[in-house]
Formats: sequence, structure tokens, C-alpha cells
Amino acid sequence: MARDDAVPLLAVRDVTKSFGAVAAVDGVSFALHGGEAHALVGENGAGKSTIVKMLAGVHRPDSGVIEMDGTPLALGSPADARAAGIAIIYQEPTLFPDLSVAENIFMGRQPVGRLRRIDKAVMKAEAEKLFDRLGVHLDPDRPARGLSIADQQLVEIAKALSVDARVLVMDEPTAALSGVEVERLFAVARTLCAHGAAVLFISHRFNEVFSLCERITVMRDGRWVSTDPTADLTVDQVVRRMVGRDVSALFPKEEVEPGEVVLDVRGLTRHGVFSDVTFSVRRGEIVALAGLVGAGRSEVVRAVFGIDRLDAGEVYVDGVRLHAGSPAAAMAAGLALVPEDRRQQGLVMELSIERNATLTRLGALARAGLLSGRGERRAAREWTRKLQVKYGLLADAVGTLSGGNQQKVVLAKWLATEPKVLIVDEPTRGIDVGTKAEVHRLMSQLAGQGMAVVMVSSELPEVLGMADRVLVMHEGRVTAELGRAEANEETVMFAATGQNGTAA
Amino acid sequence: MAHDTLYAHPEAPAPEPGARRAGALGRALFTRWDTWVVIVLALVVVGAGASVDGFAGPRNTQFLLMDIVAIALIALPMTLIVITGEIDLSVASTLGLCSAVMGQLWVAGLPLELIVVLVILLGAVLGMVNGLFVTKFGLPSLAVTIGTLAAYRGLSFVVLGDQAVADFPRQWTDAASSTIGGSPVPWSVLIAVVLAVAFAVVLHWTPFGRSLFAMGNNAEAATFAGVSVNRAKFWLFVASGAVAGLAGVYWTLRYASARADNGSGLELAVVAAVLLGGVSIFGGRGTLLGVLAGVLLLGSLRNALQLADVPADTLNVVTGALLITSVVVPNVVGMARSWLRQRRHQRG
Amino acid sequence: MKTSEKHAGAQRAAGSDVDGQRPSRRTGFGRRVLAARELGIIVALTLLVAVTTVVNPAFLSAQSVRDVLLGASILVILAVGQTVVIVSRNIDLSVGAVLGLVAFATGKLFGAAPGTPIIVAVLVGIALGAACGVINGVLVAAARVPALVITLGTLYMFRGIDHSWAKGEQINAADMPAGFLRLGTSTLLGTPLLAVIALAVVLLVGAYLQSYRSGRELYAIGSEPNAARLSGIPVGRRVFVAFVVSGAMAGLAGVLYAARFGTIDATVGTGIELQVVAAAVVGGVAIFGGSGSVYGAAVGAVLLTTIGSSLAVLRINPFWQQAVVGGLILAAIGLERLLAVRAANRLRGRTSHGA
Repeated sequence: MARDDAVPLLAVRDVTKSFGAVAAVDGVSFALHGGEAHALVGENGAGKSTIVKMLAGVHRPDSGVIEMDGTPLALGSPADARAAGIAIIYQEPTLFPDLSVAENIFMGRQPVGRLRRIDKAVMKAEAEKLFDRLGVHLDPDRPARGLSIADQQLVEIAKALSVDARVLVMDEPTAALSGVEVERLFAVARTLCAHGAAVLFISHRFNEVFSLCERITVMRDGRWVSTDPTADLTVDQVVRRMVGRDVSALFPKEEVEPGEVVLDVRGLTRHGVFSDVTFSVRRGEIVALAGLVGAGRSEVVRAVFGIDRLDAGEVYVDGVRLHAGSPAAAMAAGLALVPEDRRQQGLVMELSIERNATLTRLGALARAGLLSGRGERRAAREWTRKLQVKYGLLADAVGTLSGGNQQKVVLAKWLATEPKVLIVDEPTRGIDVGTKAEVHRLMSQLAGQGMAVVMVSSELPEVLGMADRVLVMHEGRVTAELGRAEANEETVMFAATGQNGTAA
Repeated sequence: MAHDTLYAHPEAPAPEPGARRAGALGRALFTRWDTWVVIVLALVVVGAGASVDGFAGPRNTQFLLMDIVAIALIALPMTLIVITGEIDLSVASTLGLCSAVMGQLWVAGLPLELIVVLVILLGAVLGMVNGLFVTKFGLPSLAVTIGTLAAYRGLSFVVLGDQAVADFPRQWTDAASSTIGGSPVPWSVLIAVVLAVAFAVVLHWTPFGRSLFAMGNNAEAATFAGVSVNRAKFWLFVASGAVAGLAGVYWTLRYASARADNGSGLELAVVAAVLLGGVSIFGGRGTLLGVLAGVLLLGSLRNALQLADVPADTLNVVTGALLITSVVVPNVVGMARSWLRQRRHQRG
Repeated sequence: MKTSEKHAGAQRAAGSDVDGQRPSRRTGFGRRVLAARELGIIVALTLLVAVTTVVNPAFLSAQSVRDVLLGASILVILAVGQTVVIVSRNIDLSVGAVLGLVAFATGKLFGAAPGTPIIVAVLVGIALGAACGVINGVLVAAARVPALVITLGTLYMFRGIDHSWAKGEQINAADMPAGFLRLGTSTLLGTPLLAVIALAVVLLVGAYLQSYRSGRELYAIGSEPNAARLSGIPVGRRVFVAFVVSGAMAGLAGVLYAARFGTIDATVGTGIELQVVAAAVVGGVAIFGGSGSVYGAAVGAVLLTTIGSSLAVLRINPFWQQAVVGGLILAAIGLERLLAVRAANRLRGRTSHGA
């Protein structure tokens, strides 16, 4: 299968792409061959998505070339990429909610009849044919709005099928899919390969990578690390290359004797999202919420913090019932939430580092209701120093910082409120390895000083390394509560996939 | 690694270099839009004073200032609203409805002191309606206030028809255009200045004001930081209505006439002034100083051109051109800058 | 316009309660809602006509219907152009000024060259309007400035140019050829010619938006601009064309205005942009793009015009008209939001059963 001598179908040669001062991709090369599935793995922030965006024609490489059949491609726009036969399935589906499923599939390529009018009957028939090939039943006439993520992903797959793509790029397409849906997707990918197409598959799930792909390219911190046939690799080797050091060294957790209960969550329910979630967290304890993406973990912590409304249930902090649905009340009670989506929820990217760092406690910084620039600056400097944020000027927009430093600003603004309970949602997503370790050490220290920490994480090693207790969620319910001793990859994954759902 | 202090790390962070900071301050000042608006305003005033007969005269100054008071007043809450990413197009209609009701109440024989209070309250209620639609029902403010723009103007015609109430007592109408001592500055300007200072303090020096910038840039992140986005927006719409009511009172007395079409089309002038003053239509950016300079700039340009015998309606070209320039130029400059950076990067 | 591209990612977040920023749009359970809504305005129109006719049967007389159609034609044409723009998540506030400018130019054209064939005058008007649209389109698409601001600016500029050209002059029917003025009054098979033209425009543009690729791409752009870009749609070019179409429609409306009223000064069409937006919104065109049809907008325009005549017949103070229009706008967007929220709740309920 491996044909190193042949001209590759698609070759990425020495491409570099920077955003501001940060090089997202730095001199990366690899090649895709027809009939072969190729995995691109690396930690969040390793530059995989930037590679995808260059193949999609969204970003142009600063230097280096992308070649197809040995000739350089000029991918100046998504239209160019499409014309070249490159189809992309993004992690987040990119559909038009107001338009029908069939139109979503054929947008810009709708079958036309007389006078170049769109032939809706043919379009519908074609869409049905595609869904038949996929073995699913989706009404081509229904609008895309309201489709589940899995169904949306199916529409994306149908779209890629319909263009007879020569290169299919899949950027973490399976994050929200169930086992059956993943199998269906892989069947499609294999069929495409059998017809001579090349597949680039990006995923964090190693079992999927190893079962689908013939070759694996590893990236770290924007650089190429290695490309090898899958047969020559083990999961351990890949992981080590991804993180660049031994995994076990990453998670320092101090042993702490937990104190009294600080956060008590009882019977939390939000219809259709999660139901009857009950747990408590003690002083000095790190409790992890584990589970698959979409299990409802983020939604639970958002509801605890008062962002989302509740249908039932109560939250107590230090035995006092929290007024539901009000982040301000939650903050006053001593809660802090470092949200999942840093760019969208954690920070106001256009505002300065200083303004972001002080946004959570403007009231406390004001004197007689008025803010003085100096007081704010002092507070911002104090907390960015404590967390060793690396920045040029406090007045720079926070968006100019690297992911890791942005996350430190988020942590700084919440730690400045001196919370009793720190809730962190995916605390190390998309940040570099060094900062990751710093964040872990910080969380461990905070717990050591008596703070209660709730951590939502999709990274199993992080969960297993950091948590005193692990709550596993599956489809909106807590399916297992595991102590540090019982928690391992198997027990957590077992509960996360709902296989002991009825027993628990 | 010894953790002697909280979250400590052996390396001390680099302090901000003083020289760089001073340079950056200067740069920041001159890359700021409102600085340029103030400079252009100064140039226009000086230029017009030197070249247009009568521009600098006390009588003209008085009229110029009186003409812009209504716009300046309404622009104050509008600035805050636009910074949160919303807009209120109903302000001129609110002014008109308040003026019409003021006329009818006067005809009905109520004392003017009471009428003034009632009319400002009415404005607040009208603003509250906008606020409810936007925050409770989650409707886009653009659509809501286009709706209430029509509705309030329609109601003002229902209230007063095409009549005019013009028999307000002399001492009240005179007061609207009387000046402070011997100066050419009308008393009404003083009210506007006091309100402007209040709004500026709220916007730039209070936690509430800070939260407006945050929610204008990213409402979701603001919510996650504990900001009550909807509550803030609701009260801004109420303030906008109340101030428009006050402007209605002023307008009625200033022109000694309560009419249903008072202030018709003023919303566009206000929005133009706010945007010209450097407030981003997307929200999250702007200063009150810039907006006031924008109001004054549009007012003095208009006034100077009028004195120079340019027909009033032709001035629209200038207003429009200024407005377009004010948004296109920063965008084009930004695009050019990032393009240059890209080029530099590719060569480097 | 506050299009909130920067919020696009967040809008996906499942179960997000951070709404208010969320432009209300048609959600979920599909064509039933669409049907319900477009049916809604037709029902409202029918009811209005029925009630008015009961009070005064003459309301449904041929002459009276002709009057309403005649009155609505120009608004319909403008609303059609506006729909093309709004569907792409933009707005064109300059249409009233373009209409005024073109109407005056038409009068001037006949003054300078009385022998101009009518068709030439119409084409010149459309071209002039389209040229104004080009200015809007270039500024919005190339300089990437929100359409609300740009078209507010060009509204002032076009109106100002109109004024400085007119210098207070008024053009009267006597200055224009009788053949041209007949355009505004003649009928075709008993239907006012203007209404026939408006109908043709509605059908033409309607077909374009429904059945042509570039038309559908306008909906795609309005529905999700980022996705549109990712799927290779030339967003800038499409938006540019939308503004040119809107300008051309305003130009056509300007020529027809001149023919119908015969008296033109520089204030013609002042403030009509709000009525146009109102017609589109009442007709079910989502103010933040992606959904709605020119048919709905056209019915919306007819409804707004009918309200005016009905009030007169019902002996209601005609001053109520504008207030009712405002109320209708609020009702239309409120209804849409209500349906969206109900659909979202229904959806949430369904997934709870592990869909």
C-alpha cells in the first residue's frame, strides 16, 4: 500500500503559517497517497487545524507549497480547494440552518435544468441516493436547523461524497458521534479510498486512528515530528511523540486531606440536557467530571454557575442555597467558572489584558462607585504576575496572547475573586505542554490550600492524574462515582459509554 | 522547585519598560479615532471662524449650540446603547410623541411643571417598551426600534393630528433660548453638559460602564463573568427614552410649538453623529468625548455651510460622506496594515 | 448591522441560554411554520379586507381595488429589492433617496430631451439606480463595513445630491410627455399597468431567489456567513449584486413614481425606506437574513397599503395608520421569535428521550 516512490496525490511541503508573532505551523511536510488513509495527530494547538484550513483554502501558507499530483496548487479560497477536489469535514458542521438538507449538500452545485433553473426533484433524488449509500434516513426537504450534531455530520459526509472528492479531510469528525455512526463514517472513508481517493483523518481517539489509517503523522507545537506506517507504531510511542516527554510526569497532584463539604449539588435537572445530577465537593478536593463529548458535563457546571436555567434541583454553597440562574449570585457565594470555550466565553478577545483580568471584580475595585485606572492596573499586574502571564503591555488586546497565556488570564481573573469553589471546564484545552503542566500544578496547589476544585476534562490522563474522585457522565446522567483508587481508563470509559448505566 | 510564595515561580516577570509605555501612549492617542474627530472639529471651527462671516459671532454661537442640544442629549444614551451592540432608532419618534403629548396636556390645562415631569416619565415608559422587547423577548433591537419608530410617530399623530400647540407661556419658551449671563452659551447647553459629564462618568469610570464594553464585544463572555447583560440593556433603553422625552420638552419650548412631526428623522442624525464620533456599530468600542466631538463637528459644519449660503439640504452630502468616511477609513487602514504585516512576514 | 459573526460559534453551543444576542429566526420544525407564517399575513390581509368590506361594500369595488394595487405597486417593487438584500443579512436604507434621485432625474431627462422614448427613460432610471447600488455594494462588500452604516451614509448623500441638483425646483406633469404619464394611469385588462409591472418584478425576482444557484447562495450567506465562505461561495460578489439589484429596483420605482405622480421635487420618497423594511419584515423576511421570500414581502407591502385605505373606509383617524404599521412590525418579529422558542423547546424535549 505504501508507495513512497510514487508521486503523492497531495503533498504538503515545508509550509509555514503565522498569526501575529505566533507560528501556528512551522515548516511542516507530509504526503497523502491515493487509496490511503493518513492520520494527523497532535495535541490541541499543535497546528493540525491550521493545516486543515490551508488545505481548505481558508488560510494561505506564508511559505511552502501544497502540491497535487506533483504540481503546486494555489488555494486562494475555499472555492479553489473545492475545484481541486478537496473536501473537508469540520469538527463543527458548517451548515446553513435555514436551508433544506438537500440544498446544504448541493449548495453552489445544485443540479440545473432548463434555463439553468435548479431542478429540485433531481436534487432531492440525488440527496436520497446519497443517504441510501450512507444507509441513513434523513428527509432531504427538512431544514438543517434542529438536526442533531450527528445528523449534521452526516449531511457533511453526504456533501463530501457528492463531490467525488479526491482528497477527503476529516477534522475530528467523530467527537460527537456514537459507535455505529463512526463505523458508518469509516465505511464511507474506506470506500472512497478504494476508489483511489486520499483521506486525511484527524482525531484524538487512538483506537480509531489505528483502525482506519495506514500512516500516522505526528505534530507538536506547530512542527512536524514524524510520519510512519501505522504498523510500525504503538499508541505509547505516538503519545510520547505528541507530548514530547513522558506522560506520567505531567500530573503532579498533592495529597490533601479533604475538609468539609463546600459545594453541594442536589438533583440538578435540565430537560433534555441532564437529569438528577447530584454530587458534593469538599475543601481541598479535586473532583473530575468525565465522560464523552456531549454527555452534559459542561452543561451541568454552567447550570451550577447560573448561566443556564434549571428545571429542577438545588445548589448549596457552604450550606446556603444558591439563587439559581444568576452568575452574579454564584460569584458572590464564592463560585468561579473557567469556561470551556476560552475565546468565546472566557475572555473578551478585543479588550485589553487588564480589562479582562479585572472584569470579574470591578465592584470590589471601585472606590465610591468609581474606578481609577491605576487601581485596576495594579490589580491586573498583581494577578498576571502571580500566574506568570507573558505579555508585552497590559493594554494589549488579550487576543494577541498565546493560548496558554490567555488561559492564565482567565484563571487570573477568577482566582482574583478568591473563590471557595473553582470550576474549570477543559482547563488545558489548546494550550502548550509547558503551560499545561503549570496549570496542573496550580490546581493542585489551590486544592492544597483548601480550595474545592471541580474539573471537567475530556483528557483521560488529566482526569486520572489530577482527580481525587471521578464522576462519570453518560447522556446527561451520572453513571459512576469512582474514587482515586478505582478510577482507571477502563472503569471510566466503561461508565462513559453507558455500559453500566442500568446498574449504577 | 520551591513554592515559597503563592503560585510562585523562580523567574520574576519583566516589568513594563517605561520608555516603551510612554511611546505607546502617544501612539495610542493618535491612533484613536476620537482624537482625530476633535482635531478635525478644531480645524473646522477655526477655519470657519476665519473664513465665514458671522460664524464666530455670539449670536451664531448661541444658535449653533441651541440647534445641537437635542441631538447631543439623545446621543448620550445612544452612545451607551451602541457600545452594548444594540441600537435605538425610535428616539426621534419618542421625542415627537412626547412633544405631542406635552401639547395636549397643555391644552388640557395642566401646569407645565407637572407636564414636564409626566412627559419625561412617558419617554421612560416608551423606552421601557423597547427594552422589554429586546431583553425579555430577545428580539433584535434594530427591528424592534424600527417598529416603535413607526408606532410612536403614528401615535403622536393620533394624539395631536396635524395641529400645532403653540401658546406656551413666554417665560418658558424664552427660558429655552436664554443664555448664561452675558455669554453666548444657552442655559440648555449647561443641562446637556451636566448630563454629558454624568454619562461620561458612568461609561468610563464605573463598573457598569466597563461591563457595557465587555458585553458589546462579547455578550457571552460578559455573562460568564457575572455581568447581567439583559438588565443593563433594559435600563439603557429606559434612559434613552427618558432623555428623548427631555429632548422633546426642550424641542417644544425651543421652537415654541408642539407638533406630531417634531424631530422627524432626527434618529439618523444622532446615529450618524455617534458613529462619526468613533463608536463601533458592532459594539464594544467608543468614547463619549468622541461622540460629543462628532455632534459638534456635524453641527458646526452644517452651520458654517449654511452661513456660506450652501443650501441646507445639500449639507446631507457632507453628513453622509463624513459618516461613510468614518467607518470605511479605519477598516481600509486596518486591512492595509494586516496586508503589510503579511507581506513583511513573508519576506522576513 | 449587528450581524454577530463573532457570535456564530457560540450560537451553536447546545442549550445556550445566553440569548438575546440571538437573532430570531425560523427554527426547527420546518415548513409547517413557514406555511403558518406566510399564511398568517394572507389571513391578516383577507380579514382586513373582509371587515372593511362589511362596513363599506364599495371597498371591494373594482375601482377601489385598482386604487389599492396602484398605491402598493411602488412599495412592492422596493420591497422586492430590499428582500434580496435583507436575505443576505444586510440592509439597504438608501432606497428612498435613490427613488427620489431617479424620479427627479427622469423629470430632468424629459425636460432636456422631450422626445426620449419611454423605454429609454425606464432603462436610464434603472441604470442610475443600479449605479447607486454599485456604490453601496462596493462599500459594503469591499470595505467590509456594515450595510446599516453605509446605506445610512449614502441615504444622506444621494438625498443631498438630489437637493443640490434640484435647488428647490419642482418638476410638474406639464414638463413630461403625456405618453410617459399614461404609464402611471393606464390599465392592462383592467389591472393598473404599474401593478402588472410590480407583479412581473415579484415573479422574476422570486424565481431568481428560489431557483437559481446565485439566488440560493444569497440565502446561504444570510443564514450562516462563515459556512458560506467555507463552502466556497463568493460572498462579496453576491452581496454586491444584491445591492445592485436593490438599487435597480429603487431606480425602476423612481421612474414609475415620476410617471404616476407627475410632480417631483427633491423630497420625493423621503422616509419610505422604513415602510419598505416594514413591508419586508411584516411579510416574514427575517431581519437577520437567511429566510423569507419576495412573495411574502410583496403581500406585506400590499397589506401596509391596504391598511391605509381601510382606515379611511372604517372612518378611523387616518393618523392611526403609521401606529398600526409599527404594531404590525412588532407583532411580526414577536411571532417569529415565539415560534422559534417553541421549536427549540420541542427539540430539547425530544433529545431527552435519547434521540
